[in-house]
Amino acid sequence: MTAFFQNLGMSYDGAWLLSTVIGILLIALPLMLAVAMIIYADRKIWAAMALRRGPNVVGPFGLLQSFADGAKVFLQETIIPSAANRTLFLIAPIITFTVALISWAVIPFQVGVVLADINVGLLYILAVSSLGVYGVVLAGWSSNSKYPFYSAIRASAQMISYEVSIGFTLISVVLWAGSFNLTEIVESQKGYYGLLNGHGFNPLLFPVAVIFFISALAETARTPFDLTEAESELVAGYQTEYSSMAFALYWLGEYANVILMCALNAILFWGGFLPPIDWAPLYYVPGILWLFAKIFFFFFVFSWVKATVPRYRYDQLMRLGWKILLPLSLFFVFLVSGFLMLTRYGGAQ
Amino acid sequence: MSLAYYIKSFTLWEFVKAHWLTLKYFFKPKATINYPYEKNPISPRFRGEHALRRYPNGEERCIACKLCEAICPAQAITIEAQPREDGSRRTTRYDIDMTKCIYCGFCQEACPVDAVVEGPNFEFSTETREELIYDKAKLLENGDKWERAIAANLAADAPYR
Repeated sequence: MTAFFQNLGMSYDGAWLLSTVIGILLIALPLMLAVAMIIYADRKIWAAMALRRGPNVVGPFGLLQSFADGAKVFLQETIIPSAANRTLFLIAPIITFTVALISWAVIPFQVGVVLADINVGLLYILAVSSLGVYGVVLAGWSSNSKYPFYSAIRASAQMISYEVSIGFTLISVVLWAGSFNLTEIVESQKGYYGLLNGHGFNPLLFPVAVIFFISALAETARTPFDLTEAESELVAGYQTEYSSMAFALYWLGEYANVILMCALNAILFWGGFLPPIDWAPLYYVPGILWLFAKIFFFFFVFSWVKATVPRYRYDQLMRLGWKILLPLSLFFVFLVSGFLMLTRYGGAQ
Repeated sequence: MSLAYYIKSFTLWEFVKAHWLTLKYFFKPKATINYPYEKNPISPRFRGEHALRRYPNGEERCIACKLCEAICPAQAITIEAQPREDGSRRTTRYDIDMTKCIYCGFCQEACPVDAVVEGPNFEFSTETREELIYDKAKLLENGDKWERAIAANLAADAPYR
């Protein structure tokens, strides 16, 4: 796109800036729309599994429900508790929201269709998603209220614990793909058994995919691990004191993170923008549609889990994170690297 | 802690089973009705919003005997009465505090002339508390509005009273 604007007679810097800004808008605006629709989908799926109808009044089939909620929240007054630290209180939701959006810079939607095609894309995502903890911690601390504070402590401990096992699962994938660049990771998944696209079909990496999925649930604080907003104990968690747009920013940020995790699931293990089956006619469907279909499938599974599994107790959560998922993912790093050493790099000299 | 236990827990067997169950429920018909557009049938004995009824000639039924006021367990009813110009005994004030009312239906049962009844309407939410303190005019208006439904319900229920 930079070249296109340069042809219109702009300098390289100007063209680069303009094309980057357009790229950001092209990702961020549809993402916001996707978040609205995915919240609606979440409520519908959850409702259907509980034999309810879910939102069905605003717009056809209730499709506009999220927009109605958004308008309502937008028109409300932002209430800031008098005891709160105003600056941090207002910055916290902005951090969560921003961090949820900037990870999308390295997500490849298609070969070459990526905002920042950096060679350490995966590290970038790890770094940015760790920053997400700050939004939560600052919210809990600056609210100056006990339940948000408890919740923030829980959330930070939980996110940090599960990031470790996410890190190890990513290492397995990186070892196999031989690259940190997300596009190259996707490309490396072509043609398992000359038939299937996706590391998930690799018997060594399938368990890793499952571990990554579970850790992703914990990382985004989705249902079996949603202790940060356990209503019966912590009211609404770290969002308790928030209202209006600040609350909406958390809501949007959380769901943007959920979509990001679904996208990572798709990209790292299930072939990203490649069709699931390595068969020529399927490549005529644009890759971005395959990616969206996979993201939606994983989102469905996220909702499905939410409708099925009850919440873990906090000690169970920590036990699962540190005593099961961490050793298991470490074990698979060992297995994968051992296997690769023996087969790909000519082994035991 | 047998081997079978470990195999089950590491293959997430219980989770898979649970998800299969919820997936089956996902495709089942919904148990809830489409409420504002679709409503459940209600019994003729349904105890909803109160109404004061009239005779077919337009004369109000209530004779200010105050039995409803006396029996009301929530003390939600307030009645004041005076003889009218023509000498008949009538209420000058008949208030029901709908926020106190527990919808037990005793007032309806106590009434010797079927004047105060609880109709089939249950959608009378308001935006202010004051609107829920019904006076005589409001109750008579309800009676006029719901008379056909109320009369039909009373007739349907009469054999069992």
